[in-house]
Amino acid sequence: MVKFVENELQAIRDEVNDMWKLVYQQLSDACKAVLNVDYYLVDRVVARERRVNAFELKIDSDIEDFIALYNPVAVDLRFSLAMLKINNNLERIGDYADSIARLVVRTELSDAHKQLFAQLKLQETFDAVLKMLRTTYDALQSQDIVMAKSVFEDDDMLDVLNREAIDVLAEYAKQHPDSIKLCLELAAVFRKLERAGDHINNLSEETVFYIDAEVLKHRKNKVDSTSQTDNAE
Amino acid sequence: MDKIEAKNVDFYYGDFHALKGINITIPNNQVVAFIGPSGCGKSTFLRLFNRMNDLIPGTRLTGEIIIDGQNIYDKSVDVDRLRRNVGMVFQRPNPFPKSIFENVAYGLRVNGIKDKDFIAERVETALKGAALWNEVKDKLKESAYALSGGQQQRLCIARAMAVEPSVLLMDEPASALDPISTAKIEELICELSEQTTVIIVTHSMQQAARVSNKTAFFYLGEMVEYDNTKKIFTHPSKEATQNYITGRFG
Repeated sequence: MVKFVENELQAIRDEVNDMWKLVYQQLSDACKAVLNVDYYLVDRVVARERRVNAFELKIDSDIEDFIALYNPVAVDLRFSLAMLKINNNLERIGDYADSIARLVVRTELSDAHKQLFAQLKLQETFDAVLKMLRTTYDALQSQDIVMAKSVFEDDDMLDVLNREAIDVLAEYAKQHPDSIKLCLELAAVFRKLERAGDHINNLSEETVFYIDAEVLKHRKNKVDSTSQTDNAE
Repeated sequence: MDKIEAKNVDFYYGDFHALKGINITIPNNQVVAFIGPSGCGKSTFLRLFNRMNDLIPGTRLTGEIIIDGQNIYDKSVDVDRLRRNVGMVFQRPNPFPKSIFENVAYGLRVNGIKDKDFIAERVETALKGAALWNEVKDKLKESAYALSGGQQQRLCIARAMAVEPSVLLMDEPASALDPISTAKIEELICELSEQTTVIIVTHSMQQAARVSNKTAFFYLGEMVEYDNTKKIFTHPSKEATQNYITGRFG
């Protein structure tokens, strides 16, 4: 066993784990900021967004160095490529968290909107996204492919919640024409959560690729490993 | 089409069982790399293809090695003729104490060719094929020892290629060379594969990955895995292969 290579791999693994925890914290705080109309948390999320960006650059650079210096192959190469992509996807989720938190300021949300949030199942949608992000993290830590693939089904549920919320918002906008801007902003939040779900799907795909060299991208049936690539998706 | 086939090959140095039940098919005009830790049997296996191991007392082989449909260990095989067809390049450049020209012409002369024009033409072609012509065309009569290590190794490749073998064996051909000379040798290997089947033993994983179409991993006298090089270096089937190529062996 070459210890210095193991040390380098562990250092990258630790950095990605820290990035993951930071992005989870960002998304979790953004959700709380919206649901509780918490301006303090908005400021926290916005301030930490710079750390997410800096972390992304640091990890990209460290992986680039590792590839250049150690010429990884097989599982080490898959690890390096997967961590690069996981890093980029996490950064995008961080962007969405920042943007969602800023909604509180943009729309001057108040406690009066909490009933609408309940109708929209905003809490459930936030919880679904956070659960997916946590599950994918756990799958990577335990190198559990079945757990990683379970996220794809959660994403289907997220899509349903998103569609239902858009219907509720359309109806609400009809009845409250003065709230159209708010409805558009909230629709954008659901769109961002839906996109965050897609990025978490990517995290799971990369986790499976790293562990088992199985490429799930652009497959309709990602759970069944015998299904073929389908570009029509 | 398969150029070489080894069937159930076992090889012994006295009582030592050096190769165990090797089966492999090597396609025509491909570069195949043999990798594995020192003492795993890869060089021993390489030397079976031109019967170099015949020269070592106390060795014994069972099984068959077939080149172009003929078992090369058949009693009827002319070993000199076999070695004309299966050339070899060694780890250290080993030019003869002769001029550059005579080094390349050597194989032709010992094969009885006397036509000077033909020999001159073949020497030029071989030196061009070995990417050495431009560097030596004005000093063909100078000693081969005056060349650099990388040039000497390319001269040895030209010498091997001058008799137009259909198989070229290379035993760590670039391990004693600097990176630029190594790059030239690797480029040359790719070009040579258009006209010959190349089998290379190397300790450099990157070299095996760069130059070969297929890779075989040997360990303790057994061929653990043999597959397309891309597969071996991205997703090997055997854990032992993965551990070796990622440096986690032992």
